[in-house]
Amino acid sequence: MMPRLWPMFVKEFIQMRRDRLTLMIVTGLPVLQLLLFGYAIQTDVRHLPTVVVDESRTPESRDLIAAFENTGSFTIIARLDGREALDRALARGTAAAGIIVPADYPRQLLRGQPATVQVVVDAADPLSSQSGLAAAAGVAQARNLAILSAAAGRAGPPLEARVRPRYNPGLRSATFIVPGLVGVLLTMTMVLITAMAIVRERERGTLEQLIVTPITKTELMLGKITPYIGVGLVQMTTVLLVGRVVFDVPLTGNLLLLYAVALIFVIASLSLGLFISTLVRTQQQSMQVSFFIVLPNILLSGFMFPRAAMPLFFQWVGLLLPLTHFLKVLRGILLKGVGVAALWPEIVILAAFAGGLIVLAVRRFRKTLD
Amino acid sequence: MTSAAVETHGLTRRFGAVTAVRDLSLRIETGEVFGLLGPNGSGKTTTIRMLCGLLEPSAGTASVAGIDVAAAPEQIKLRIGYMSQRFGLYEDLTVAENLAFYGGIYGLRGEAAERRTAEIVAFLEIGPRLGQLAGQLSGGWKQRLALGCALLHRPVVLFLDEPTAGVDPAARRNFWQAIHDLARAGTTVLVTTHYMDEAERCTRLAMMSGGHLIALGTPAEVAAQVGGGGRTLEDAFIILQERDER
Ligand SMILES: Nc1ncnc2c1ncn2[C@@H]1O[C@H](COP(=O)(O)OP(=O)(O)OP(=O)(O)O)[C@@H](O)[C@H]1O
Ligand SMILES: [Mg+2]
Repeated sequence: MMPRLWPMFVKEFIQMRRDRLTLMIVTGLPVLQLLLFGYAIQTDVRHLPTVVVDESRTPESRDLIAAFENTGSFTIIARLDGREALDRALARGTAAAGIIVPADYPRQLLRGQPATVQVVVDAADPLSSQSGLAAAAGVAQARNLAILSAAAGRAGPPLEARVRPRYNPGLRSATFIVPGLVGVLLTMTMVLITAMAIVRERERGTLEQLIVTPITKTELMLGKITPYIGVGLVQMTTVLLVGRVVFDVPLTGNLLLLYAVALIFVIASLSLGLFISTLVRTQQQSMQVSFFIVLPNILLSGFMFPRAAMPLFFQWVGLLLPLTHFLKVLRGILLKGVGVAALWPEIVILAAFAGGLIVLAVRRFRKTLD
Repeated sequence: MTSAAVETHGLTRRFGAVTAVRDLSLRIETGEVFGLLGPNGSGKTTTIRMLCGLLEPSAGTASVAGIDVAAAPEQIKLRIGYMSQRFGLYEDLTVAENLAFYGGIYGLRGEAAERRTAEIVAFLEIGPRLGQLAGQLSGGWKQRLALGCALLHRPVVLFLDEPTAGVDPAARRNFWQAIHDLARAGTTVLVTTHYMDEAERCTRLAMMSGGHLIALGTPAEVAAQVGGGGRTLEDAFIILQERDER
């Protein structure tokens, strides 16, 4: 059975070990990306720099402003004297939010009339403004309930919805991002590495010498991908460990199952790269095609943006990406602790991708120079 | 049954509008050292590539070691050795690793592999270089290594595409010594070259120009085609090529 696979594997392994660029892609990139995504892409916005115009300067108004600050969403950076100064701060970008308490605020409260407090948010960035708006609404609602219950002589509000965020109780983005990052990183590196595989040998002139031997197409292709399967699994381990240590991402669920599915996913990604390698003529082209493929993987797989919010067409396109299915497995196992019973459709689909792409790559490859 | 090591009939290869090889018919007997001569772009490499199954002919047939190239390209590959014009081994592997790789690819295992590799290393005297990266070898050593890798599986036909280009005279002489040793042992060698002293050492020559054959025969016969009278092979080469281009 495939007697030339082993020498091919050994050769690829030695070359991998000696290639600085590959080693960098394999070891440096995961850590770099993890820190980048983990720290920079915090989707939960906290500590919006906030300026305050307190026109009433009363204990009530100070109390209210403290309530805003206590949410953790707003950090008061300055108290200003007029609304113009607030507008300037927002326009310049030194502040992302402004709170205006009118002079008649305590009087209105006392009279039992609706009191107003104005919250201005820089909504040029929808993501950060949304969390600011939500926090402001929350403050107002809590105050309202407290005032109304006091007026009605009750100990608390008549109805309280107790919302329990399951699986990620802290609603932390790192918990959500890091498992997904495992999939994104594997897609990027595995596709890129093998996309260069055949075409690099073609450019260096070594392919001509290789295909004049009795090696079969299958031996050649499998020999090209097998050394990198181990690399992919090491990469995944690195990301998970760094995620655990630095970002405190939980590792619940069946890790053995996770590695088994990751193995299938890695093979699918490597085969996709290999297929690209049979389509292009130069390493530069293969690099371009790989990046072209990585982008939809980040956008459409559900890594950053919820698939449910996408138009139907893009949801379908997303289904054509192995990453979409692997993300479900990653989050299912790592965050929810579910097993094969819940994930078997994804596993079957990934296996079909892996098998199909290998066959496609072997079929496309010709042992000639044309 | 023929005893021809290589036989072609009307072999033709076109690249778009360019006809690289046109209607080439050749017969090379077993044990010959057959030289393929011709100016740059005359179709030598293309011919060899077709004989190795690396390029499909646009027309015509070719057989190597009695096997039709188009019908059974994979069977041919066990019986031929090929040294490409451009160094085709792995520069990031050592000499020993390249030999081990090609030995494995040609199905040598265990003790047999060790014995055969030792033979090749002794034959080409590359022992002192075994631990060196192939990319760091000088031209002459690279060529020897490439020849070694092409010989591991004892091919019956050996295709050498400009094996001594850029190699110093002493190394070239050594290399040709090895070629003649192989031929004496029964290997058929098809070699391309731009050096006339090497052409003189072939049993027979084919001269190509513009993709087709312009002369064929022993070195003396080819020289005689332009009238003899003390004309050298080099004169013949230039005169025949000029005639063809007119
Ligand atoms: N892959 C290819 N695509 C297009 N044209 C090609 C290709 N390979 C060879 N040719 C053309 O075919 C002709 C013959 O080329 P070939 O390489 O066979 O010449 P050669 O005799 O080996 O030359 P040299 O002495 O320079 O090695 C040339 O005109 C060359 O440009
Ligand atoms: Mg050539």
